Amino acid sequence: MSDLAPRPRRRLLLAAPLGVAALGGLGFWYMLSGLQDGSFNPRGVPSALLGRTPPDFALPPVEGMSHPGLASADLRGLARPVLVNFWASWCVPCIIEHPQLMALQAEGVPIFGISYKDRAEDARQFLSRRGDPFTRLGADPPGRVAIDWGVYGVPETYLLDRQGIIRWRYAGPVTAEIMNEDVKPLLRRHA
Amino acid sequence: MRRLIFAALLAPGLALAAFLPSDRLADPVAEARAQSIGREVRCMVCQGQSIEDSDADLARDLRRIIRERLQAGDDDGSIRGYLQNRYGDFILLRPPFSLATGLLWGTPVLALLFGLFLIRRRRAVVVPAAPLTAEERARLDQLSGQS
Repeated sequence: MSDLAPRPRRRLLLAAPLGVAALGGLGFWYMLSGLQDGSFNPRGVPSALLGRTPPDFALPPVEGMSHPGLASADLRGLARPVLVNFWASWCVPCIIEHPQLMALQAEGVPIFGISYKDRAEDARQFLSRRGDPFTRLGADPPGRVAIDWGVYGVPETYLLDRQGIIRWRYAGPVTAEIMNEDVKPLLRRHA
Repeated sequence: MRRLIFAALLAPGLALAAFLPSDRLADPVAEARAQSIGREVRCMVCQGQSIEDSDADLARDLRRIIRERLQAGDDDGSIRGYLQNRYGDFILLRPPFSLATGLLWGTPVLALLFGLFLIRRRRAVVVPAAPLTAEERARLDQLSGQS
């Protein structure tokens, strides 16, 4: 008779693992559907630099190009928000991303490039063949400035507001969706 | 014999693949320190590995930076701080205790407390058995042969 009392509780305990499994399944489903439509990026570790100004650096121009180089001084007191894009001619996702940068540049948004672990002639060739979206272009052959920014792979894109504070970072190729849903609204908000 | 030769040929290759000897410090004590720091630093490219275990380009760069700073006289904490400043807490394989990671570290304790709470509640619920009625007692006595 006394063993009848805890029965409902026992049933609850038996249901608990099922509940945990269901929650886990829901979580996975949410993650996978996010992966599919691009809203969830499993490698998208938030940048440690968000809300901060970039580290001090001064990069020389890419040899043989008319663009000036890029230094932290060029990223303060801007007329409008800018994009800083780390890229390399040997990087395949950079080729995928490139048309988006060209389109944004055509709208008048300044894009500053940092040529990561690349040879000057390869970078020049890439830009003369595919178009050149950059207004400034610094060369970082050893990749040290990239490490100071917390870059862990190319392409990586940062959005800086007019005070030069980093407001957004994306690791991986920026797609048309990301341009429309993230970059452009941020550019408007910080204009 | 052939296998032995192959093995002999492969062995240095394996060691080389993981770590070029030119990256190592000559001083074994400093090198051991560098490795113990590096084993706690996440390779951001492969994410599941430490930079000491990884072949990634970035991992090699970070190993070099650790050794450079070590030779410049930095202590372990400031080298970790240097990396943390750039890559955030995520670069440390052992996350530091902070407000944001409090739940992460606290979960085992919370789970234990929750378990203890459940056990206590279960104990409290046990109802003492009702005393036997006269009829039951008589039947029991009869069965056990104590009439």
